[in-house]
Amino acid sequence: MKSWELHELLKKKEIKATEIIDSIYERIERVESKVDAYLTLTQESAKKRAEEVDAKISKGEKIKPLEGIPVAIKDNICTKGIKTTCASKILHNFVPPYDATVVEKLNSAGAVIIGKLNMDEFAMGSSTENSGFKTTKNPWDTSRIPGGSSGGSAASVSADETILALGSDTGGSIRQPASLCGVVGFKPTYGRVSRYGLVAFASSLDQIGPLTKDVKDCALLMNTIAGHDSRDSTSIDMAVPDYTENLDKNIKGMRIGIPKEYFSDAVNYDVRNAIKDAINVFEKLGCGVADVSLPHTEYAISVYYIVANAEASSNLARYDGVKYGHRAESFSDLIDMYCKTRGEGFGDEVKRRIMIGTYTLSSGYYDAYYMKALKVRTLIKNDFDEVFKKVDVVICPVSPTPAFKIGEKTADPIQMYLSDILTIPCNMAGLPGISIPCGLSKEGLPIGLQIMGKPLDEATVLNVANCFEKNTEHSKARPNI
Amino acid sequence: MKIPKEEVEHIAKLGRLKLTEEEKEKFADQLGEIIAFVEKINELKTEDVQPTYQVVPMDNVFREDETRESLKTGDALANAPSRYRDYFKVIKIIE
Repeated sequence: MKSWELHELLKKKEIKATEIIDSIYERIERVESKVDAYLTLTQESAKKRAEEVDAKISKGEKIKPLEGIPVAIKDNICTKGIKTTCASKILHNFVPPYDATVVEKLNSAGAVIIGKLNMDEFAMGSSTENSGFKTTKNPWDTSRIPGGSSGGSAASVSADETILALGSDTGGSIRQPASLCGVVGFKPTYGRVSRYGLVAFASSLDQIGPLTKDVKDCALLMNTIAGHDSRDSTSIDMAVPDYTENLDKNIKGMRIGIPKEYFSDAVNYDVRNAIKDAINVFEKLGCGVADVSLPHTEYAISVYYIVANAEASSNLARYDGVKYGHRAESFSDLIDMYCKTRGEGFGDEVKRRIMIGTYTLSSGYYDAYYMKALKVRTLIKNDFDEVFKKVDVVICPVSPTPAFKIGEKTADPIQMYLSDILTIPCNMAGLPGISIPCGLSKEGLPIGLQIMGKPLDEATVLNVANCFEKNTEHSKARPNI
Repeated sequence: MKIPKEEVEHIAKLGRLKLTEEEKEKFADQLGEIIAFVEKINELKTEDVQPTYQVVPMDNVFREDETRESLKTGDALANAPSRYRDYFKVIKIIE
C-alpha cells in the first residue's frame, strides 16, 4: 500500500497506526531472510510512536500526511540513539548522538522510523555487495543484486518491507537500485535536501532522496525532507513548493530531449526497447520529442572516479579509531594505530577509492588528474545547460542492464563502475533525476526510465513521471516474494 | 598498466592504510587499471575551461560568530574506544 492510501484509512479510523506497524514487522519477519535489506530494526520505538499517533487520532486531532507511516532509513544517515554503521566494520558500533536534519523532519512529521537499511560500505558501490556485513538480494530474483549503494532501500520498498525509504545518491545510488528493483527513486537537485547528518562520501555530489512505490509518495516525502538548512552550507535557501500540487498537470506540449549518447550498444537491448516504448507513450500524450546531444557523456565516469574518490579520500580521513568506531588492538605508535585501524576496518572497495583519491590529489598529480577532472565536469554541466535551452526534461535509461547476478561483476572493479555510466552525469551537473518503472526484461526483471530536469525543477520531473505512471501499468508490477 | 609496489606503499602511507603483501599486489594491478581508465579525460582540451568545484550558486556561506549550544561532553565521548575523564585516550604521542 502507498502512504497516501494508508493516510486515508487512518483518518477514517478504518485502521490503526499500531496495526500498520505490526503488519510491516510481520512482513519483514516473513521475507527478510530472503531479502536481507535491514541492518537494524527498531520495533520498540516504532511501536511507541505508532501508539502516540493512535492516541492523537482517537482524541479527534487532525493528522499530517506522513503521520503513522513506516519509513526505513539508509544506514549512512544519522539517527540519534540508533546504530548507524554505513555498512562498515569501522563503524560497527557507532551510535550517533544526533539526528540528521531529514530524520528530524520525518520525526516532526510524525513518520515512524522502523529500521536502518543495508548499503554498499560508505555508499561506494553499485550492487550492495560491498557491504561490510551482508549482501541484500533483489526481491524479483534473489540470485541477483538489488543495485547499489541504496540496495537495502530499494529492496525493502520492492518487497513491501516498508512503505517509504530514504537513500542517498552520489553517482546513481538511488536511481540505479530503484530501477533494478522496480520502484520509484528520486535524486533531488544538489542542495535541495540537507546533507547534515548524512555521512559524507563525496560532498559535491551526495544527495539524500526518496525511494517509494509511486510518484505521489515520492512527492509527499520530498515535501517533508526538502528545504534550506543553516547547518548545511551547501543547502539552497529557497522555499519548498507543494510537490503534490501539479502532479496531474497535463503534459501536452512538454519538450522532451532524448540524448543519443545514452543509447549506445553498451545499453542492453531490452532496456533500449523499454525506453523506446516509453517515448511512444509521451508522444501519445502530446509531448514534443526531440533528439539531443550531450557530447561529453563518455567522459563522465572518468571524471566521477577522480572527483568522487578525491573527495572521499578527504572525507574518510576522520576514521582513525580516536573518537568513535573500531580501533585496532595492538599498534606501535599513533600512526600505526591509524594505519592498522583503517586497514582492519575498511573493505576493499573503500581502500581502492581512498587510494585513487590520494593518488590523484598527491603532489605532482593534482593538476593532471583532479584539476583536469574539475574542468571536464564544467564541460559536462555545460552540455546540460545547452540542452535545457531547448527542452524541459531529458529522458533516457537508468542502468545499461537489468539486475545482474550476485558475484558477476565483483572480480573487475571497472566492470562494476560502468553500471553508473547513465546516472553519473546527473550528479556531475547537480540536476534532479528520477527512476520510475517502465517495464520488465525478457527474464522478468525490472527496467527503469530516467527523467532529468533543470536545477530546482523537481516539480516538472515529478509531473512528467506521474503522468507516465498514470498512463501505463508498469508501477503495478510486484515481485513474487 | 601496473603501479610500482613502492608507489602503492607510498599512497597507502599517505592514506594511513596498512595493507598486507597480498593486498599490495592486488591493488597495484587494480589501481593501475583504474588510473589508465580515468586518463581518458586527457583526450579533451581544457585550457580555457574553468573548474567546477561545486554546483550551487552560493559562495562563502557564513554566520555570525556567536557562541551556540554544542554537543554535550558526555554525548561526544559516548562512542570513545578509550576514555579518561573528559578526554579521548590514545597511545603516547610525545617521546
